[in-house]
Amino acid sequence: MNRDEQLFDYLLRIADSDLVLAQRLGEWVGHGPVLEEDIALTNVGLDLLGQARLWYAYAGEVETRFAARGRCEDELALLRDASEFRNLLLVERPNGNYADTIARQFYFDVWHRLFLFQLSRSGDARVGEIAAKALKEVRYHVERSADWVIRLGDGTDESHAKMQAAVDELWMYTGEMFESDATDQALTIAGIGCDASALAHPWREQLSSILSEATLTLPTGAWMQSGGKRGVHTEQLGHLLAEMQWLQRAYPGAQW
Amino acid sequence: MAATRLSGGAMVIAAQPRQVQNAIDSIWTTLAAIPDPEIPVISIVELGIVRDIEFDNGEVVVTVTPTYSGCPATEVIAAEIERALVACGLERFRVQIRLHPAWTTDWIAPAARERLRAFGIAPPGERAPQQTVDVSRLRRSSIATIACPRCGSSRTRELSRFGSTPCKAQYRCEDCLEPFDYFKPH
Repeated sequence: MNRDEQLFDYLLRIADSDLVLAQRLGEWVGHGPVLEEDIALTNVGLDLLGQARLWYAYAGEVETRFAARGRCEDELALLRDASEFRNLLLVERPNGNYADTIARQFYFDVWHRLFLFQLSRSGDARVGEIAAKALKEVRYHVERSADWVIRLGDGTDESHAKMQAAVDELWMYTGEMFESDATDQALTIAGIGCDASALAHPWREQLSSILSEATLTLPTGAWMQSGGKRGVHTEQLGHLLAEMQWLQRAYPGAQW
Repeated sequence: MAATRLSGGAMVIAAQPRQVQNAIDSIWTTLAAIPDPEIPVISIVELGIVRDIEFDNGEVVVTVTPTYSGCPATEVIAAEIERALVACGLERFRVQIRLHPAWTTDWIAPAARERLRAFGIAPPGERAPQQTVDVSRLRRSSIATIACPRCGSSRTRELSRFGSTPCKAQYRCEDCLEPFDYFKPH
């Protein structure tokens, strides 16, 4: 892959994680435990969807540099199959109970903020602009999910047990966030991307402090599942895409 | 008010700077009459999202900086601007999006803040000065006291960080018991 192809792939990874998590959060619409949470989840989803659009739009522009044409946001989001998605496995995990949704969000938000902060200083001006804008929004996300981890962890016996089970269950999907492949390395050297492995330490530090305040135990499992960056996903992504994409698949080019 | 940069078409425009400035001022006035689609008591200019109006080779270029990435009003606002420019009789124009610097509530006009309060939305407070973003802290060190826009009491409580639009949080006043929106400092 040349530099532009690598950048395209890199942008898709970011956009796909945002989009898939936004879709998961959207599944809570009308099912939130209380109205305020219903609204909060969908607001976070909306922020992520907006960020995904900015990344897709740029990806489409980069694609024109090496392909006959660049795809638009809708084509990238709605007309690619699961094996072409580059999102983290973590974000495609099903919503489960509320603790599962919060644990997934907390793991992601803490990483997302650290990641965007690095990207906000990217040598690629557009990457830096989008990251700086997204970073402001993600601050609210992480504050909220940390608050919930503490509230549920340090809550009743039942909420504590569910929150602990959720952080344990999703733990094996967190290692992927810190893996660096050839694309990550090339873009890091070029000053465009960020060194994924360098985020592991601060992520773990921040996680530990919140989990300890929440009276929860930091999971210790060493085995990590990965594959999202190269398009190897869990079966749940297919189900999610089937629902998200069916309208464009059934009625190509349909518009609001 | 308008930061004008007379790039392009310099030959024609440089000869008539006052007319260009008048035209730009009149477009600012026109856009100042467009209400925000979700908070109609303030205009899109007062909200601080119209960043620049300039002429580029005889074409009017309006630069807009969106508030939140996912704000559904962004596209409506761009369409409203285009409609207003057509109504002014302009034929050659475009609306362009500028992401950097990112929009901040500091750009909301002072007069608009009072109007927000009168409308029942507590206006955004001062942002902590942030030359550098500190990503090492996860949680808020303290929650600012937000005065109730209805009764003025400072005994208020945050119900949720997120409200009816991405830019607002939900609060409740412990004295008058009314819920209200707080425009988050961003």
